[in-house]
Amino acid sequence: MKFLRDTWLVFTRQMLLVWRTPARLVIGFVQPVAYLVLFAPLLKTALAPTGAQTYADAYRVYVPGLLVVLVLLSGFFAGFGLLGELRSGVIERSRVTPVSRTALILGRAFSEVVTLMGQAVVITVVALPFGLTVHLGWLMLAYLMLALMALMACALSYAMAMLIPSPAALGPLINSVSQPLSLLSGVLLPLSLAPGWLVAIAEWNPIYWTTNGTRSLFTGNPGDVSVWAGMLIVIALAALTVTWATRMFARQVR
Amino acid sequence: MIEVKGLRKSFTLGKRRKTRTVEAVRGVDLSVAEGEIFGFLGPNGAGKTTTARILCTLLEPDDGEAVIAGADLRKDPGAVRTKVGYVPQGGTTTDEVTAREELVLQARMYGIGKAEAIERAEQALAAFELTEFADRQCRTYSGGQRRRVDIAMGIIHEPKVLFLDEPTTGLDPQSRAHLWDEVRRLRDAGMTVFLTTHYLEEADALCDRIAIIDHGEIVALGTPTELKHGVAGDVVTVGLNGSGPKAAELLDGHDYVRKLELGEDGLRLYVDDGTTAMPQIMRVLDAGEIHFDTVELHRPSLDDVFLIKTGRSLRDK
Ligand SMILES: Nc1ncnc2c1ncn2[C@@H]1O[C@H](COP(=O)(O)OP(=O)(O)OP(=O)(O)O)[C@@H](O)[C@H]1O
Ligand SMILES: [Mg+2]
Repeated sequence: MKFLRDTWLVFTRQMLLVWRTPARLVIGFVQPVAYLVLFAPLLKTALAPTGAQTYADAYRVYVPGLLVVLVLLSGFFAGFGLLGELRSGVIERSRVTPVSRTALILGRAFSEVVTLMGQAVVITVVALPFGLTVHLGWLMLAYLMLALMALMACALSYAMAMLIPSPAALGPLINSVSQPLSLLSGVLLPLSLAPGWLVAIAEWNPIYWTTNGTRSLFTGNPGDVSVWAGMLIVIALAALTVTWATRMFARQVR
Repeated sequence: MIEVKGLRKSFTLGKRRKTRTVEAVRGVDLSVAEGEIFGFLGPNGAGKTTTARILCTLLEPDDGEAVIAGADLRKDPGAVRTKVGYVPQGGTTTDEVTAREELVLQARMYGIGKAEAIERAEQALAAFELTEFADRQCRTYSGGQRRRVDIAMGIIHEPKVLFLDEPTTGLDPQSRAHLWDEVRRLRDAGMTVFLTTHYLEEADALCDRIAIIDHGEIVALGTPTELKHGVAGDVVTVGLNGSGPKAAELLDGHDYVRKLELGEDGLRLYVDDGTTAMPQIMRVLDAGEIHFDTVELHRPSLDDVFLIKTGRSLRDK
């Protein structure tokens, strides 16, 4: 009970801060929307080999990939925010109170996830006039998968920030984790266009499965193996990374 | 209210082979009575913040025991947390939120219900004269206003003991005097206040008792008056221009000079009786043909206490 209440307390405070600093939100939108407007029109022809006939087909493939990039990359940056708050004493102020230590980190992670999901919804809505059509039920399921991915990325980033509490060293570490993960997942173009060896490597990448799962939900193939496999993988990974992050945090801050 | 025995903490800096250990706190013993303003006076890096952070459960000590308001620091840090308030050196207000929001949040972090938290925030705002800008974002506050929000946050749960880490650093004299009054009011309401400072005036004027800390160790402890009386006699300072070492040589060894400190701009002489010593000192200097700018006689200050105990002055840093 106390733990839930404390998590809610931390979450609402972080959401208030997001609300009061709209600049951060806007910057988060600009890039995906630019991609949507300037890059996606090239896709109909590029994706023709995968069977895309119309812009709607192209957007059904492209938008989910864009959303995966958004939640992963932004999620991976959460650790910097945490380091900043540790330095500025904001977290220290909470630590002198009996507030739950796990709540301090979970409430923060949840606020990142909710913010990212808000951005994901806006991007989806912006894509609608371009011809994106998607089944509402499957869309909700895709959002759930994205939210879990965001949670996982965020928790992983927190854990790495606890491991290497220096922003200068954290950046390269995060890049070296996030780049292969996103390159080998076919976020921008589906890997069905890729040669066999690349796919063989990508199959070892959990993000490959979640990306394909999200995409299958957007394209209306909820029965695809990647949907349930991706869902199971992301649930397991989120649980694992959240546990790791909370442990690291509790150890670091006492 | 605070009982500390043999408190120690060291930090290890650097990586692998090139490690260096900083002994920040080296065996601190102290005891603070209920309703007392206890001052922790020391220069930069003396270990004041480290001690305060340990006592607020933020840092784990390497060694030592502490009981705060009846709660054992090692065995039950959770109980200590409910009984102490902490106002860190740097301040912790967030730019984007209002003082009222900060206070309500802090109260709720202590487990206080929403309605009650709002009520307490309102009272704290009034008590610290913050009501006027309570609903403005903290970014618009002056340093003194921010500091008052910090302190209001520290006492929102009505702690038995309040830790204030350098509460007046960066404040103008008027805000400082104001803050002193607020601290005194808290003490008069029964709170025990542990404050760190490197201002001699602050320690002297505000604190009931003082511990002087240097390099992680307490070098003197007592009321300001006791400490100053510990330095018996008077102090004569002679302002000299460059001829300090020569003057020191001439004056050293005279039986009325108990102790002599050579500073950058002159000499400090500790004497039993200033009125008889002063003419003698001037005669010696005249005979040595040493030109001096000023001669002053005064009662020992806390700085003299510090100087005698550590051989350094607090003031020049
Ligand atoms: N987290 C830390 N890691 C390494 N060294 C530290 C850490 N915190 C403090 N120290 C070192 O411990 C010593 C005591 O520091 P502390 O902050 O307690 O001093 P202070 O008396 O509060 O000084 P100031 O008046 O500057 O605030 C210093 O030498 C400082 O460099
Ligand atoms: Mg300090």
